[in-house]
Amino acid sequence: MTRFILRRILQTLLVLLVMSFVIYSLIGLMPGDPIDIMVASNPNIAPEVAATLRKLYGLDQPLILRYWRWLSAALSGDLGYSRTHSQPVLTILLPALWQTCKLLISSFTISVILSFALGIAAARKPGGWIDGLISLGAFAGISVPVFWLALMMILVFAVELHWFPASGIANVGDGSFRDQFVHLVMPVTTLALATTGGFTRFVRASMIEVLRLDLVRTARAKGASETRVVLIHAFRNALIPVVTVMALSFGVLFNGALLTETMFAQPGMGKMIYDAILGNDFNLALSGLLFATLVTLLSNLAADLAYGWLDPRIALQ
Amino acid sequence: MKLFRFAVAAVALICAAAGPARARDELIIGVSQFPSSLHPNIDPEVIKGYALSFALRPTTAFAPDGPNGCIACTELPTLQNGLVTLEPRADGKPGMAVKLTLRDDLYWGDGVKMTTSDLAFTAKLGHDPTSGFANTRTWGRVERVEVIDARTAVLHFDEVSTLYDRLPTILPEHIEGPVYARTAGTGDYNKQTIYNRAPTTPGLWNGPFRLASYESGSLITLEPNDAWRGKKPAFKRIIIKAIENTAALQANLLSGDIDMAPGDAPSLTIDQVLQLRRQQPDRFAYVFKPALTYEHIDLNLDNPILADPRVRRALLRAIDRKTLVARLFEGLQPVADGFINPIDPMAAKNLPTYPYDLARARALLAEAGWTPGDDGICRNAKGDRLSLPFGTTSGNKLRELQQQVLQNQWKGACIEATIHNEPARTFFGETLKKRQFGAMAMYAWTFGVSFPPRQTLGSDQIPTQANNWAGSNYMNFNNPAVDADILTTETDLDTAHQRAAWTDIQRIYAEQLPVLPLFFRAEAHVWPLWLKGVTPTGTADYSSLWAENWRSE
Repeated sequence: MTRFILRRILQTLLVLLVMSFVIYSLIGLMPGDPIDIMVASNPNIAPEVAATLRKLYGLDQPLILRYWRWLSAALSGDLGYSRTHSQPVLTILLPALWQTCKLLISSFTISVILSFALGIAAARKPGGWIDGLISLGAFAGISVPVFWLALMMILVFAVELHWFPASGIANVGDGSFRDQFVHLVMPVTTLALATTGGFTRFVRASMIEVLRLDLVRTARAKGASETRVVLIHAFRNALIPVVTVMALSFGVLFNGALLTETMFAQPGMGKMIYDAILGNDFNLALSGLLFATLVTLLSNLAADLAYGWLDPRIALQ
Repeated sequence: MKLFRFAVAAVALICAAAGPARARDELIIGVSQFPSSLHPNIDPEVIKGYALSFALRPTTAFAPDGPNGCIACTELPTLQNGLVTLEPRADGKPGMAVKLTLRDDLYWGDGVKMTTSDLAFTAKLGHDPTSGFANTRTWGRVERVEVIDARTAVLHFDEVSTLYDRLPTILPEHIEGPVYARTAGTGDYNKQTIYNRAPTTPGLWNGPFRLASYESGSLITLEPNDAWRGKKPAFKRIIIKAIENTAALQANLLSGDIDMAPGDAPSLTIDQVLQLRRQQPDRFAYVFKPALTYEHIDLNLDNPILADPRVRRALLRAIDRKTLVARLFEGLQPVADGFINPIDPMAAKNLPTYPYDLARARALLAEAGWTPGDDGICRNAKGDRLSLPFGTTSGNKLRELQQQVLQNQWKGACIEATIHNEPARTFFGETLKKRQFGAMAMYAWTFGVSFPPRQTLGSDQIPTQANNWAGSNYMNFNNPAVDADILTTETDLDTAHQRAAWTDIQRIYAEQLPVLPLFFRAEAHVWPLWLKGVTPTGTADYSSLWAENWRSE
């Protein structure tokens, strides 16, 4: 087990190194830079000013040199300076990370609980009216674009009903738990609803398959109650493929977080990474994307460890 | 089930009365961008200019619908009042001396008085190319400051410049001086400046408001500056909130989470404001102010078809800009006949104009050797089709709509426009910058009031590989008379000479048509009905510069 974890950590570090170079190169290969856009909209900016700004932000240096400098500094703990925020990267990254963690963990937890409940309910009588209703809802959740769902939430619950604030993370001068909570309700609900549909379909499919297995028939024959059969015998076995999908989805949730954070004006990681890429803010974009990669890799590791717990026959070597 | 009921009750309790209910001594402004930094003289951005105008006074500014005047000084220096004198420099070239007296009642937020030491410090910083100062036309040209006393100083310019009176913000030496001393020559000043490191430091601000809190990327909170000796601001708090998605921004306005969407900062687009006005005509105040942002189509004069001025005139004659503006913008954005907006004092009158006239457009094309083919598209004697690539930034809904209207109208004059749109990064960073657009490129830029047009019309500003693609004369417009006139607008302090040069540039521009003028954008402001005292300017001197006059009624 220890060897397995160490090997995976080593692999993770290697992937991060390769990814850092790939991400840096891809951002660098994007045509133009933010100074070009600044000059095009404001022709009063003289060429020497544009050149000075490029030099100031290191945009005039060869890509490989910039990458090497970043890597050397990053290895000593300095993630550099954010061009689009004019502050050290860590100063920007940590509050955004905390904000996204609140959003992702809350929505993921809600989504998992909902999808387990709905998936199991649908799988118990496939083709029945409950299954039909849940499947309809799941397909709607999969099909509805996140930005549209967010906008509808704002229009209904903020504009019409005035139940929740439409944007931000807290009111200026307040910031109490209640204040932060009400600001989180709509973004978390939006993201949770957007992911629940897909998860529910996986849980349903996996449960239907397991409920047909001999082990379920044996459990019933032994006189176990239906609740015990479903929740203990079948559900645990159905979890293995579901856990894989959910672990992989955790990294993908960043995409949803980007839209949710943009629509609800939440200063989180998704929006920060997106703005940093568009603004050629190499240091911030790279740090953010590497963190997203790290989350994906770690969630996969967690899934692998969960297999061993769910099915002791799976040996981690 | 009990647990579930308990959870629902708890959530309902926490959320009770969560809707916005605020006092009217607080104003929340919604914008769609956030400043990348808070240093007033580095990285020129519209959103930064708007936000900082609440808290910083520039030296001079254009008053709403008025001339350039003093804000931090007592009298605008001119040749006539003797405060500007021409002087030879040590190398024999002409220079100028500008005597400036600062107002007596300007204090930094920590109570320290603003003096000529601050002025001298700012000029020194502006003269240092490593500081990153954007305005090289003014601070960068001040080679020496002669301090007479705490309020009066003489700025010695290294050239004669008509822009000597566009002096922007002065910086507090007692705060920024030590930072500059630590970083001089290293290029690190912009990373270490207190404006970015600790922007809530009161001593950074000398306007009616100061920054009270700041959350990068999302919020700026402004509160009254206790050291401000001018008119006391009515609002106890002004919050600038960034909501990037403009549909969400509009929803926030409707929900009451934000109070206003300013037209002079990136916020709601004009079509959104027009739609909102149709839906909620009595809920908000809507103000449309013509501005200096110029929507136009650059013509690539390297294209052999466009080298003929008759074709360029035909292109303009064939489009009905008046109807386009009426249909898309309810006529609120004025049709442009040149690049200078009529609100600019140097705007010329009686210039050639090209109103919509399809018959005249066809006649001009026939004169240039283009006759309609069987498919309705013109051909010349060699059989070449009159087909022109037409590009703009993709994803800009309004501009793409304009593009389709124009394409359709040109088709009526036997001109084929083939659309080649690209993301803004590619369009501005490659295609336009390297002059790779085949024929027509549609976009907008914003001029300063009477700002010499060297960047866009000077022959020395044609981007080429040799000059590392510097300059914004993307058309390859090369006219010696215009070059001479630009020099006059830059260096001749005689107003009559300047006016003549400006008129000549606009006349040549209208005759040669290196660019197809479309319209001037209008600032589309949305305010709550209770907000009074806001005066839009239409220029880069934003309405927030007079925020002490804003009040609720």
